[in-house]
Amino acid sequence: MRPRGRHVLGGTAILVSAVVFLVPFAFVVLTAFKDRAQAAELDFSWPHQFRFARNLVEVVTARDYTLVIAFANSAILTVASVAVMVVLAAMTAFVLQRRPSRWTRLVDFLVLSGLIIPPAVVPTIRVLQGLGLFRTMTGLILVEVAFGLSFCVLLFRNFLATVPRELDDSAVIDGAGPLRVFFLVVFPLMRSVAVTAVLVQSVVVYNDFTNPLYFLPGDRNVTVQLTLYNFQSQYGTQYNLLFTNILLITVPPLLAFLVANRRIVAGMTAGAVKG
Amino acid sequence: MSGVAIARRHRAGSVYPHWFYLPAAVVYGTLFLAPTVASFYFSLTRWTLFDHEFIGLENFAVLFREPALVKGMTNTAVYAVVTSGLKVVLGLPLAVLLTSDVVGRAYLRSVVFFPVLVSTIGVGITFTVLMRPGDGLINDGLAAIGIKGPAWLTDPSYALLSVALVDVWKGVGLATLIYIAGIVSIPREYFEAATVDGAGRFAAFWHVLLPLCRPATVTVVILSLIGGLRSFDLIWTMTRGGPGFTSDVIASVIYKQYQAGFYGLSTAGNVVLFLVVTVVVLPLSLLLGRKQVEL
Repeated sequence: MRPRGRHVLGGTAILVSAVVFLVPFAFVVLTAFKDRAQAAELDFSWPHQFRFARNLVEVVTARDYTLVIAFANSAILTVASVAVMVVLAAMTAFVLQRRPSRWTRLVDFLVLSGLIIPPAVVPTIRVLQGLGLFRTMTGLILVEVAFGLSFCVLLFRNFLATVPRELDDSAVIDGAGPLRVFFLVVFPLMRSVAVTAVLVQSVVVYNDFTNPLYFLPGDRNVTVQLTLYNFQSQYGTQYNLLFTNILLITVPPLLAFLVANRRIVAGMTAGAVKG
Repeated sequence: MSGVAIARRHRAGSVYPHWFYLPAAVVYGTLFLAPTVASFYFSLTRWTLFDHEFIGLENFAVLFREPALVKGMTNTAVYAVVTSGLKVVLGLPLAVLLTSDVVGRAYLRSVVFFPVLVSTIGVGITFTVLMRPGDGLINDGLAAIGIKGPAWLTDPSYALLSVALVDVWKGVGLATLIYIAGIVSIPREYFEAATVDGAGRFAAFWHVLLPLCRPATVTVVILSLIGGLRSFDLIWTMTRGGPGFTSDVIASVIYKQYQAGFYGLSTAGNVVLFLVVTVVVLPLSLLLGRKQVEL
Protein backbone atom coordinates (compact mmCIF):
# COMPACT_ATOMS: atom_id res chain seq x y z
CA MET A 1 0.00 0.00 0.00
CA ARG A 2 1.24 3.51 -0.74
CA PRO A 3 2.50 5.37 2.33
CA ARG A 4 -0.18 8.03 2.00
CA GLY A 5 -2.87 5.44 1.50
CA ARG A 6 -2.04 3.62 4.69
CA HIS A 7 -2.18 6.81 6.68
CA VAL A 8 -5.44 8.07 5.21
CA LEU A 9 -7.08 4.66 5.52
CA GLY A 10 -5.65 4.06 8.97
CA GLY A 11 -6.70 7.50 10.16
CA THR A 12 -10.23 7.02 8.91
CA ALA A 13 -10.45 3.58 10.47
CA ILE A 14 -9.19 4.84 13.81
CA LEU A 15 -11.71 7.66 13.77
CA VAL A 16 -14.65 5.42 12.85
CA SER A 17 -13.62 2.76 15.37
CA ALA A 18 -13.40 5.40 18.09
CA VAL A 19 -16.95 6.56 17.40
CA VAL A 20 -18.40 3.07 17.00
CA PHE A 21 -16.49 1.12 19.63
CA LEU A 22 -14.96 3.51 22.15
CA VAL A 23 -17.86 5.92 22.67
CA PRO A 24 -20.16 3.25 24.21
CA PHE A 25 -17.41 2.26 26.66
CA ALA A 26 -16.65 5.89 27.42
CA PHE A 27 -20.33 6.42 28.07
CA VAL A 28 -20.34 3.63 30.66
CA VAL A 29 -17.27 5.03 32.41
CA LEU A 30 -18.49 8.63 32.41
CA THR A 31 -21.91 7.69 33.74
CA ALA A 32 -20.32 5.60 36.48
CA PHE A 33 -18.46 8.72 37.62
CA LYS A 34 -21.48 11.01 37.79
CA ASP A 35 -23.82 11.84 40.62
CA ARG A 36 -27.33 10.55 40.49
CA ALA A 37 -28.99 13.65 39.03
CA GLN A 38 -26.53 14.14 36.23
CA ALA A 39 -26.42 10.42 35.39
CA ALA A 40 -30.20 10.45 35.01
CA GLU A 41 -29.87 12.81 32.06
CA LEU A 42 -28.09 10.01 30.18
CA ASP A 43 -25.98 12.45 28.21
CA PHE A 44 -22.54 11.91 26.82
CA SER A 45 -20.97 14.62 28.94
CA TRP A 46 -18.15 15.27 31.36
CA PRO A 47 -19.13 14.65 35.02
CA HIS A 48 -19.78 17.85 37.04
CA GLN A 49 -18.20 16.15 39.99
CA PHE A 50 -16.43 12.84 40.24
CA ARG A 51 -18.44 10.54 42.45
CA PHE A 52 -16.90 7.22 41.51
CA ALA A 53 -15.71 6.30 45.02
CA ARG A 54 -19.12 7.01 46.50
CA ASN A 55 -20.92 5.16 43.70
CA LEU A 56 -18.59 2.23 44.20
CA VAL A 57 -19.36 2.00 47.90
CA GLU A 58 -23.08 2.28 47.27
CA VAL A 59 -23.08 -0.45 44.64
CA VAL A 60 -20.97 -2.81 46.70
CA THR A 61 -23.01 -2.37 49.88
CA ALA A 62 -26.40 -2.39 48.15
CA ARG A 63 -28.82 -5.04 49.35
CA ASP A 64 -26.52 -6.50 52.01
CA TYR A 65 -23.46 -6.77 49.80
CA THR A 66 -25.22 -8.72 47.07
CA LEU A 67 -22.52 -7.79 44.59
CA VAL A 68 -19.77 -9.24 46.78
CA ILE A 69 -21.70 -12.48 47.12
CA ALA A 70 -22.28 -12.44 43.38
CA PHE A 71 -18.57 -12.06 42.65
CA ALA A 72 -17.82 -14.94 45.02
CA ASN A 73 -20.48 -17.08 43.35
CA SER A 74 -19.21 -16.25 39.88
CA ALA A 75 -15.65 -17.03 40.92
CA ILE A 76 -16.63 -20.42 42.34
CA LEU A 77 -18.76 -21.24 39.31
CA THR A 78 -16.10 -20.24 36.81
CA VAL A 79 -13.13 -21.87 38.50
CA ALA A 80 -14.87 -25.13 39.38
CA SER A 81 -16.70 -25.68 36.11
CA VAL A 82 -13.73 -24.79 33.93
CA ALA A 83 -11.34 -26.99 35.93
CA VAL A 84 -13.63 -30.02 35.74
CA MET A 85 -14.51 -29.37 32.11
CA VAL A 86 -10.88 -29.15 31.01
CA VAL A 87 -9.77 -32.35 32.76
CA LEU A 88 -12.74 -34.41 31.56
CA ALA A 89 -12.43 -33.07 28.02
CA ALA A 90 -8.70 -33.73 27.90
CA MET A 91 -9.22 -37.35 29.00
CA THR A 92 -11.91 -37.81 26.36
CA ALA A 93 -9.83 -36.21 23.62
CA PHE A 94 -6.82 -38.33 24.58
CA VAL A 95 -8.55 -41.65 24.00
CA LEU A 96 -10.57 -40.28 21.09
CA GLN A 97 -7.48 -39.15 19.21
CA ARG A 98 -5.18 -42.05 20.15
CA ARG A 99 -7.44 -45.07 19.89
CA PRO A 100 -9.70 -45.47 16.88
CA SER A 101 -12.43 -47.93 17.79
CA ARG A 102 -16.12 -48.53 17.32
CA TRP A 103 -16.78 -45.80 19.85
CA THR A 104 -14.92 -43.14 17.91
CA ARG A 105 -17.71 -42.28 15.47
CA LEU A 106 -20.29 -42.11 18.23
CA VAL A 107 -18.13 -39.86 20.39
CA ASP A 108 -17.38 -37.62 17.39
CA PHE A 109 -21.09 -37.36 16.71
CA LEU A 110 -21.89 -36.50 20.33
CA VAL A 111 -19.16 -33.85 20.43
CA LEU A 112 -20.65 -32.20 17.34
CA SER A 113 -24.14 -32.42 18.78
CA GLY A 114 -22.94 -30.65 21.89
CA LEU A 115 -21.74 -27.74 19.79
CA ILE A 116 -24.90 -27.39 17.76
CA ILE A 117 -27.93 -28.47 19.76
CA PRO A 118 -29.60 -25.94 22.05
CA PRO A 119 -30.05 -27.45 25.53
CA ALA A 120 -33.59 -28.49 26.48
CA VAL A 121 -34.37 -26.26 29.43
CA VAL A 122 -37.24 -27.75 31.43
CA PRO A 123 -36.15 -31.39 31.04
CA THR A 124 -32.72 -30.37 32.36
CA ILE A 125 -34.40 -28.74 35.35
CA ARG A 126 -36.38 -31.94 35.88
CA VAL A 127 -33.21 -34.05 35.83
CA LEU A 128 -31.51 -31.66 38.27
CA GLN A 129 -34.52 -31.87 40.58
CA GLY A 130 -34.42 -35.66 40.42
CA LEU A 131 -30.77 -35.55 41.50
CA GLY A 132 -31.47 -32.96 44.20
CA LEU A 133 -29.20 -30.50 42.39
CA PHE A 134 -31.68 -27.88 41.19
CA ARG A 135 -31.00 -24.44 42.69
CA THR A 136 -27.56 -25.61 43.84
CA MET A 137 -24.16 -24.37 42.80
CA THR A 138 -23.03 -27.96 42.21
CA GLY A 139 -25.89 -28.44 39.78
CA LEU A 140 -25.05 -25.31 37.83
CA ILE A 141 -21.35 -26.22 37.75
CA LEU A 142 -22.16 -29.63 36.27
CA VAL A 143 -24.49 -28.02 33.72
CA GLU A 144 -21.75 -25.67 32.59
CA VAL A 145 -19.37 -28.64 32.36
CA ALA A 146 -21.83 -30.59 30.22
CA PHE A 147 -22.40 -27.66 27.85
CA GLY A 148 -18.73 -26.71 27.54
CA LEU A 149 -17.20 -30.18 27.05
CA SER A 150 -17.60 -30.33 23.28
CA PHE A 151 -15.63 -27.18 22.56
CA CYS A 152 -12.77 -28.32 24.79
CA VAL A 153 -12.68 -31.86 23.36
CA LEU A 154 -12.28 -30.46 19.84
CA LEU A 155 -9.55 -28.08 20.91
CA PHE A 156 -7.61 -30.83 22.71
CA ARG A 157 -8.10 -33.42 20.00
CA ASN A 158 -6.73 -31.15 17.29
CA PHE A 159 -3.73 -30.34 19.46
CA LEU A 160 -3.08 -33.99 20.39
CA ALA A 161 -2.67 -34.85 16.73
CA THR A 162 0.58 -32.88 16.92
CA VAL A 163 1.90 -34.67 20.03
CA PRO A 164 3.96 -37.70 18.94
CA ARG A 165 2.70 -41.06 20.11
CA GLU A 166 6.25 -42.23 20.75
CA LEU A 167 6.16 -40.26 23.98
CA ASP A 168 3.26 -42.37 25.24
CA ASP A 169 5.06 -45.53 24.15
CA SER A 170 8.26 -44.69 25.92
CA ALA A 171 6.35 -43.98 29.11
CA VAL A 172 4.61 -47.34 28.78
CA ILE A 173 7.95 -49.08 28.34
CA ASP A 174 9.01 -47.40 31.55
CA GLY A 175 6.08 -49.18 33.14
CA ALA A 176 3.54 -46.36 33.45
CA GLY A 177 -0.16 -47.15 33.52
CA PRO A 178 -2.79 -45.12 31.64
CA LEU A 179 -3.37 -42.61 34.45
CA ARG A 180 0.31 -41.87 34.80
CA VAL A 181 0.84 -41.70 31.04
CA PHE A 182 -1.99 -39.24 30.76
CA PHE A 183 -1.51 -37.04 33.80
CA LEU A 184 2.30 -37.08 34.01
CA VAL A 185 3.30 -37.26 30.34
CA VAL A 186 0.55 -36.12 27.97
CA PHE A 187 -1.39 -33.56 29.97
CA PRO A 188 1.71 -31.48 30.81
CA LEU A 189 2.51 -31.41 27.08
CA MET A 190 -0.96 -29.99 26.43
CA ARG A 191 -0.40 -27.13 28.82
CA SER A 192 -0.50 -24.39 26.22
CA VAL A 193 -3.78 -25.53 24.69
CA ALA A 194 -5.18 -26.18 28.17
CA VAL A 195 -4.47 -22.56 29.07
CA THR A 196 -6.28 -21.48 25.92
CA ALA A 197 -9.27 -23.66 26.76
CA VAL A 198 -9.32 -22.35 30.33
CA LEU A 199 -9.26 -18.72 29.18
CA VAL A 200 -11.96 -19.06 26.53
CA GLN A 201 -14.28 -21.09 28.73
CA SER A 202 -13.72 -18.80 31.72
CA VAL A 203 -14.92 -15.86 29.66
CA VAL A 204 -17.90 -17.89 28.44
CA VAL A 205 -18.94 -19.16 31.88
CA TYR A 206 -18.32 -15.84 33.62
CA ASN A 207 -20.46 -14.03 31.06
CA ASP A 208 -23.16 -16.68 31.04
CA PHE A 209 -26.57 -15.28 31.86
CA THR A 210 -29.05 -17.86 30.61
CA ASN A 211 -27.95 -20.92 32.58
CA PRO A 212 -27.79 -19.23 36.00
CA LEU A 213 -31.17 -17.66 35.20
CA TYR A 214 -32.75 -21.06 34.63
CA PHE A 215 -30.82 -23.40 36.88
CA LEU A 216 -29.78 -21.28 39.88
CA PRO A 217 -32.65 -18.93 40.63
CA GLY A 218 -32.89 -17.13 43.97
CA ASP A 219 -31.45 -13.94 45.44
CA ARG A 220 -28.67 -15.46 47.50
CA ASN A 221 -27.44 -17.51 44.55
CA VAL A 222 -27.03 -14.60 42.21
CA THR A 223 -24.05 -14.44 39.83
CA VAL A 224 -22.60 -11.17 38.59
CA GLN A 225 -24.50 -11.18 35.29
CA LEU A 226 -27.75 -11.48 37.22
CA THR A 227 -26.91 -8.55 39.49
CA LEU A 228 -27.26 -6.31 36.44
CA TYR A 229 -30.56 -7.89 35.64
CA ASN A 230 -31.85 -7.53 39.20
CA PHE A 231 -30.46 -4.06 39.82
CA GLN A 232 -31.83 -2.73 36.56
CA SER A 233 -35.29 -2.45 38.00
CA GLN A 234 -34.20 -1.99 41.59
CA TYR A 235 -32.06 1.03 40.87
CA GLY A 236 -34.85 2.62 38.90
CA THR A 237 -33.37 5.92 37.82
CA GLN A 238 -30.04 5.42 39.60
CA TYR A 239 -28.14 5.10 36.38
CA ASN A 240 -24.85 6.06 38.02
CA LEU A 241 -25.04 2.90 40.13
CA LEU A 242 -26.22 0.69 37.28
CA PHE A 243 -23.28 1.76 35.14
CA THR A 244 -20.84 1.46 38.03
CA ASN A 245 -22.04 -2.12 38.28
CA ILE A 246 -21.50 -2.68 34.54
CA LEU A 247 -18.02 -1.19 34.86
CA LEU A 248 -17.10 -3.49 37.75
CA ILE A 249 -18.33 -6.53 35.90
CA THR A 250 -16.23 -5.63 32.89
CA VAL A 251 -13.01 -5.63 34.91
CA PRO A 252 -12.31 -9.42 34.87
CA PRO A 253 -12.72 -9.79 31.08
CA LEU A 254 -10.62 -6.66 30.64
CA LEU A 255 -7.83 -8.19 32.72
CA ALA A 256 -8.04 -11.44 30.76
CA PHE A 257 -7.88 -9.42 27.57
CA LEU A 258 -4.86 -7.41 28.66
CA VAL A 259 -2.94 -10.42 29.92
CA ALA A 260 -3.81 -13.07 27.37
CA ASN A 261 -5.44 -11.52 24.32
CA ARG A 262 -3.43 -13.67 21.91
CA ARG A 263 -4.33 -16.98 23.51
CA ILE A 264 -8.01 -16.12 23.70
CA VAL A 265 -8.00 -15.18 20.05
CA ALA A 266 -6.15 -18.39 19.20
CA GLY A 267 -8.76 -20.46 21.01
CA MET A 268 -11.75 -18.70 19.57
CA THR A 269 -10.50 -18.79 15.99
CA ALA A 270 -9.09 -22.32 16.13
CA GLY A 271 -10.09 -24.26 13.07
CA ALA A 272 -10.71 -21.31 10.80
CA VAL A 273 -7.46 -21.98 8.99
CA LYS A 274 -7.84 -25.66 8.32
CA GLY A 275 -9.53 -26.42 5.04
CA MET B 1 -3.63 -62.49 14.30
CA SER B 2 0.07 -62.55 15.05
CA GLY B 3 1.39 -62.44 18.55
CA VAL B 4 2.83 -58.97 18.04
CA ALA B 5 -0.49 -57.59 16.84
CA ILE B 6 -2.29 -59.06 19.81
CA ALA B 7 0.29 -57.64 22.17
CA ARG B 8 0.04 -54.22 20.55
CA ARG B 9 -3.71 -54.29 20.69
CA HIS B 10 -3.67 -55.30 24.27
CA ARG B 11 -1.21 -52.57 25.06
CA ALA B 12 -3.23 -49.95 23.17
CA GLY B 13 -6.27 -50.97 25.13
CA SER B 14 -4.54 -50.51 28.43
CA VAL B 15 -2.84 -47.19 27.71
CA TYR B 16 -5.89 -45.63 26.10
CA PRO B 17 -8.67 -47.19 28.17
CA HIS B 18 -12.25 -46.60 27.18
CA TRP B 19 -13.17 -45.75 30.74
CA PHE B 20 -11.44 -42.41 30.21
CA TYR B 21 -14.65 -41.49 28.38
CA LEU B 22 -16.72 -42.33 31.42
CA PRO B 23 -16.55 -39.18 33.62
CA ALA B 24 -17.31 -36.90 30.68
CA ALA B 25 -19.96 -39.29 29.41
CA VAL B 26 -21.77 -39.36 32.74
CA VAL B 27 -22.02 -35.57 33.04
CA TYR B 28 -22.81 -35.05 29.36
CA GLY B 29 -25.25 -37.95 29.28
CA THR B 30 -27.25 -36.94 32.35
CA LEU B 31 -27.35 -33.19 31.91
CA PHE B 32 -27.34 -32.77 28.14
CA LEU B 33 -28.18 -35.94 26.26
CA ALA B 34 -30.93 -37.33 28.49
CA PRO B 35 -32.82 -34.00 28.71
CA THR B 36 -32.54 -33.56 24.95
CA VAL B 37 -34.01 -37.01 24.31
CA ALA B 38 -36.66 -36.52 27.00
CA SER B 39 -37.66 -33.19 25.48
CA PHE B 40 -39.16 -35.03 22.49
CA TYR B 41 -41.55 -36.88 24.77
CA PHE B 42 -42.40 -34.02 27.11
CA SER B 43 -43.11 -31.70 24.19
CA LEU B 44 -46.12 -33.93 23.55
CA THR B 45 -47.54 -33.47 27.04
CA ARG B 46 -49.25 -30.98 29.29
CA TRP B 47 -46.60 -30.88 31.96
CA THR B 48 -46.44 -29.48 35.51
CA LEU B 49 -43.21 -31.20 36.62
CA PHE B 50 -45.22 -33.29 39.11
CA ASP B 51 -47.50 -34.67 36.53
CA HIS B 52 -47.79 -34.93 32.79
CA GLU B 53 -50.61 -35.78 30.47
CA PHE B 54 -50.08 -36.92 26.89
CA ILE B 55 -51.78 -34.56 24.46
CA GLY B 56 -50.16 -35.45 21.14
CA LEU B 57 -49.13 -32.60 18.89
CA GLU B 58 -51.34 -30.03 20.63
CA ASN B 59 -48.36 -27.94 21.86
CA PHE B 60 -46.95 -27.71 18.37
CA ALA B 61 -50.35 -26.77 17.02
CA VAL B 62 -50.46 -23.92 19.53
CA LEU B 63 -46.95 -22.82 18.61
CA PHE B 64 -47.84 -22.63 14.94
CA ARG B 65 -51.29 -21.12 15.45
CA GLU B 66 -50.89 -18.32 18.01
CA PRO B 67 -49.76 -15.23 16.07
CA ALA B 68 -47.51 -14.17 18.97
CA LEU B 69 -45.67 -17.49 18.85
CA VAL B 70 -45.53 -17.72 15.06
CA LYS B 71 -43.93 -14.28 15.10
CA GLY B 72 -41.22 -15.76 17.32
CA MET B 73 -40.39 -18.33 14.65
CA THR B 74 -40.10 -15.87 11.78
CA ASN B 75 -38.17 -13.42 13.96
CA THR B 76 -35.65 -16.13 14.83
CA ALA B 77 -34.98 -16.70 11.12
CA VAL B 78 -34.71 -12.98 10.39
CA TYR B 79 -32.40 -12.39 13.34
CA ALA B 80 -30.08 -15.28 12.46
CA VAL B 81 -29.86 -14.34 8.78
CA VAL B 82 -29.34 -10.62 9.42
CA THR B 83 -26.66 -11.10 12.10
CA SER B 84 -24.68 -13.76 10.24
CA GLY B 85 -24.98 -11.90 6.95
CA LEU B 86 -23.73 -8.65 8.45
CA LYS B 87 -20.91 -10.40 10.26
CA VAL B 88 -19.64 -11.75 6.94
CA VAL B 89 -20.18 -8.50 5.04
CA LEU B 90 -18.44 -6.40 7.70
CA GLY B 91 -15.96 -8.95 9.02
CA LEU B 92 -14.28 -9.74 5.70
CA PRO B 93 -13.42 -6.15 4.66
CA LEU B 94 -12.33 -5.39 8.21
CA ALA B 95 -10.03 -8.42 8.13
CA VAL B 96 -8.61 -7.36 4.75
CA LEU B 97 -7.95 -3.92 6.20
CA LEU B 98 -6.38 -5.32 9.36
CA THR B 99 -4.06 -7.69 7.49
CA SER B 100 -2.76 -4.85 5.30
CA ASP B 101 0.00 -2.58 6.60
CA VAL B 102 -2.51 0.04 7.71
CA VAL B 103 -1.55 2.49 10.45
CA GLY B 104 -2.80 1.60 13.94
CA ARG B 105 -3.39 -2.06 13.13
CA ALA B 106 -2.79 -3.47 16.61
CA TYR B 107 -5.06 -0.90 18.19
CA LEU B 108 -7.79 -1.55 15.63
CA ARG B 109 -7.65 -5.31 16.13
CA SER B 110 -7.97 -4.90 19.89
CA VAL B 111 -10.79 -2.42 19.81
CA VAL B 112 -12.83 -4.50 17.36
CA PHE B 113 -12.31 -7.70 19.35
CA PHE B 114 -12.81 -6.45 22.91
CA PRO B 115 -16.65 -6.33 22.82
CA VAL B 116 -16.64 -10.10 22.18
CA LEU B 117 -15.36 -10.62 25.72
CA VAL B 118 -17.63 -8.32 27.70
CA SER B 119 -20.95 -9.11 29.30
CA THR B 120 -23.87 -9.35 26.88
CA ILE B 121 -26.17 -7.99 29.56
CA GLY B 122 -23.92 -4.99 30.12
CA VAL B 123 -23.81 -4.29 26.39
CA GLY B 124 -27.57 -4.69 26.16
CA ILE B 125 -28.27 -2.22 28.97
CA THR B 126 -25.79 0.29 27.59
CA PHE B 127 -27.25 0.22 24.10
CA THR B 128 -30.79 0.35 25.41
CA VAL B 129 -29.83 3.71 26.89
CA LEU B 130 -27.88 4.84 23.81
CA MET B 131 -30.80 3.92 21.54
CA ARG B 132 -33.46 5.87 23.40
CA PRO B 133 -35.68 7.46 20.77
CA GLY B 134 -35.94 11.02 22.08
CA ASP B 135 -32.57 12.03 23.48
CA GLY B 136 -30.46 8.88 23.09
CA LEU B 137 -26.84 9.42 22.11
CA ILE B 138 -27.21 7.60 18.79
CA ASN B 139 -30.12 9.71 17.59
CA ASP B 140 -28.42 12.86 18.87
CA GLY B 141 -25.38 11.93 16.83
CA LEU B 142 -27.45 11.17 13.75
CA ALA B 143 -29.33 14.45 14.16
CA ALA B 144 -26.01 16.29 14.22
CA ILE B 145 -25.30 15.07 10.69
CA GLY B 146 -28.86 15.73 9.57
CA ILE B 147 -30.37 12.26 9.82
CA LYS B 148 -33.53 11.63 11.78
CA GLY B 149 -32.98 8.31 13.54
CA PRO B 150 -35.80 5.83 14.03
CA ALA B 151 -37.28 5.02 17.43
CA TRP B 152 -35.08 1.88 17.46
CA LEU B 153 -36.28 -0.36 20.28
CA THR B 154 -39.73 1.13 20.78
CA ASP B 155 -40.77 1.01 17.12
CA PRO B 156 -42.25 -2.44 16.41
CA SER B 157 -40.83 -2.53 12.89
CA TYR B 158 -37.27 -1.70 14.04
CA ALA B 159 -36.99 -3.36 17.46
CA LEU B 160 -35.70 -6.74 16.27
CA LEU B 161 -33.30 -5.20 13.76
CA SER B 162 -31.97 -2.80 16.39
CA VAL B 163 -31.10 -5.71 18.67
CA ALA B 164 -29.55 -7.52 15.69
CA LEU B 165 -27.34 -4.48 15.05
CA VAL B 166 -26.10 -4.53 18.63
CA ASP B 167 -25.46 -8.27 18.28
CA VAL B 168 -23.30 -7.49 15.23
CA TRP B 169 -21.52 -4.71 17.12
CA LYS B 170 -20.60 -7.20 19.82
CA GLY B 171 -19.82 -10.15 17.56
CA VAL B 172 -18.18 -8.73 14.46
CA GLY B 173 -14.78 -8.83 16.20
CA LEU B 174 -14.85 -12.61 16.34
CA ALA B 175 -15.82 -12.84 12.67
CA THR B 176 -13.01 -10.46 11.80
CA LEU B 177 -10.43 -12.48 13.71
CA ILE B 178 -11.58 -15.72 12.11
CA TYR B 179 -11.16 -14.05 8.72
CA ILE B 180 -7.75 -12.71 9.71
CA ALA B 181 -6.64 -16.23 10.65
CA GLY B 182 -7.94 -17.45 7.30
CA ILE B 183 -6.25 -14.71 5.27
CA VAL B 184 -2.93 -15.06 7.08
CA SER B 185 -2.86 -18.78 6.26
CA ILE B 186 -3.03 -18.11 2.51
CA PRO B 187 0.51 -18.54 1.08
CA ARG B 188 1.89 -15.25 -0.22
CA GLU B 189 2.94 -16.91 -3.48
CA TYR B 190 -0.67 -16.95 -4.65
CA PHE B 191 -0.89 -13.18 -4.43
CA GLU B 192 2.52 -12.76 -6.04
CA ALA B 193 1.51 -15.08 -8.89
CA ALA B 194 -1.69 -13.11 -9.35
CA THR B 195 0.26 -9.85 -9.50
CA VAL B 196 2.68 -11.34 -12.05
CA ASP B 197 -0.32 -12.35 -14.15
CA GLY B 198 -1.42 -8.73 -14.10
CA ALA B 199 -4.20 -8.93 -11.55
CA GLY B 200 -5.14 -5.66 -9.87
CA ARG B 201 -5.97 -5.40 -6.22
CA PHE B 202 -9.65 -6.06 -6.80
CA ALA B 203 -8.99 -9.08 -9.01
CA ALA B 204 -6.62 -10.47 -6.38
CA PHE B 205 -9.31 -10.06 -3.77
CA TRP B 206 -12.04 -11.59 -5.89
CA HIS B 207 -10.13 -14.48 -7.47
CA VAL B 208 -7.54 -15.35 -4.84
CA LEU B 209 -8.47 -14.12 -1.39
CA LEU B 210 -12.20 -14.74 -1.46
CA PRO B 211 -12.10 -18.36 -2.65
CA LEU B 212 -9.15 -19.23 -0.42
CA CYS B 213 -10.72 -17.93 2.75
CA ARG B 214 -13.88 -19.92 2.16
CA PRO B 215 -13.13 -22.10 5.20
CA ALA B 216 -13.18 -18.92 7.30
CA THR B 217 -16.48 -17.85 5.74
CA VAL B 218 -17.93 -21.27 6.52
CA THR B 219 -16.82 -20.99 10.14
CA VAL B 220 -18.20 -17.47 10.50
CA VAL B 221 -21.54 -18.32 8.91
CA ILE B 222 -22.04 -21.51 10.91
CA LEU B 223 -20.99 -20.00 14.24
CA SER B 224 -23.18 -16.93 13.72
CA LEU B 225 -26.15 -18.99 12.63
CA ILE B 226 -25.88 -21.26 15.67
CA GLY B 227 -25.53 -18.21 17.90
CA GLY B 228 -28.22 -16.22 16.13
CA LEU B 229 -30.83 -18.97 16.14
CA ARG B 230 -30.30 -19.61 19.86
CA SER B 231 -29.96 -15.96 20.82
CA PHE B 232 -31.68 -14.98 24.04
CA ASP B 233 -29.65 -12.77 26.43
CA LEU B 234 -29.42 -9.69 24.28
CA ILE B 235 -33.03 -9.71 23.12
CA TRP B 236 -34.25 -10.34 26.64
CA THR B 237 -32.16 -7.52 28.07
CA MET B 238 -33.07 -4.96 25.44
CA THR B 239 -36.73 -5.53 24.61
CA ARG B 240 -38.08 -8.54 26.54
CA GLY B 241 -39.51 -9.52 23.17
CA GLY B 242 -41.44 -6.26 22.90
CA PRO B 243 -43.00 -3.95 22.01
CA GLY B 244 -45.84 -6.43 22.32
CA PHE B 245 -44.30 -9.61 20.95
CA THR B 246 -42.74 -8.01 17.88
CA SER B 247 -39.17 -8.94 18.77
CA ASP B 248 -39.82 -12.32 20.36
CA VAL B 249 -37.67 -15.20 19.18
CA ILE B 250 -38.00 -18.92 19.88
CA ALA B 251 -35.61 -18.73 22.84
CA SER B 252 -37.61 -15.92 24.49
CA VAL B 253 -40.86 -17.79 23.84
CA ILE B 254 -39.32 -20.80 25.62
CA TYR B 255 -38.48 -18.60 28.60
CA LYS B 256 -41.86 -16.88 28.73
CA GLN B 257 -43.77 -20.17 28.57
CA TYR B 258 -41.47 -21.59 31.25
CA GLN B 259 -42.15 -18.62 33.51
CA ALA B 260 -45.87 -18.99 32.92
CA GLY B 261 -45.66 -22.63 34.00
CA PHE B 262 -46.48 -24.11 30.58
CA TYR B 263 -43.62 -26.58 30.70
CA GLY B 264 -44.91 -28.78 27.90
CA LEU B 265 -45.29 -25.80 25.59
CA SER B 266 -41.89 -24.45 26.60
CA THR B 267 -40.32 -27.81 25.82
CA ALA B 268 -42.12 -27.95 22.48
CA GLY B 269 -40.44 -24.62 21.74
CA ASN B 270 -37.13 -26.28 22.60
CA VAL B 271 -37.84 -29.12 20.20
CA VAL B 272 -38.70 -26.66 17.44
CA LEU B 273 -35.46 -24.80 18.10
CA PHE B 274 -33.57 -28.10 18.04
CA LEU B 275 -35.11 -29.00 14.68
CA VAL B 276 -34.52 -25.55 13.19
CA VAL B 277 -30.88 -25.45 14.27
CA THR B 278 -30.22 -29.00 13.07
CA VAL B 279 -32.02 -28.54 9.77
CA VAL B 280 -30.18 -25.29 9.04
CA VAL B 281 -26.71 -26.02 10.38
CA LEU B 282 -26.12 -29.68 9.55
CA PRO B 283 -26.66 -29.54 5.78
CA LEU B 284 -24.83 -26.23 5.68
CA SER B 285 -21.75 -27.62 7.37
CA LEU B 286 -21.81 -30.66 5.08
CA LEU B 287 -22.42 -28.55 2.00
CA LEU B 288 -19.99 -25.75 2.62
CA GLY B 289 -17.02 -27.83 3.61
CA ARG B 290 -16.78 -31.15 5.33
CA LYS B 291 -13.62 -30.44 7.24
CA GLN B 292 -15.07 -27.33 8.76
CA VAL B 293 -17.35 -29.39 10.89
CA GLU B 294 -14.43 -29.45 13.28
CA LEU B 295 -14.90 -25.73 13.90
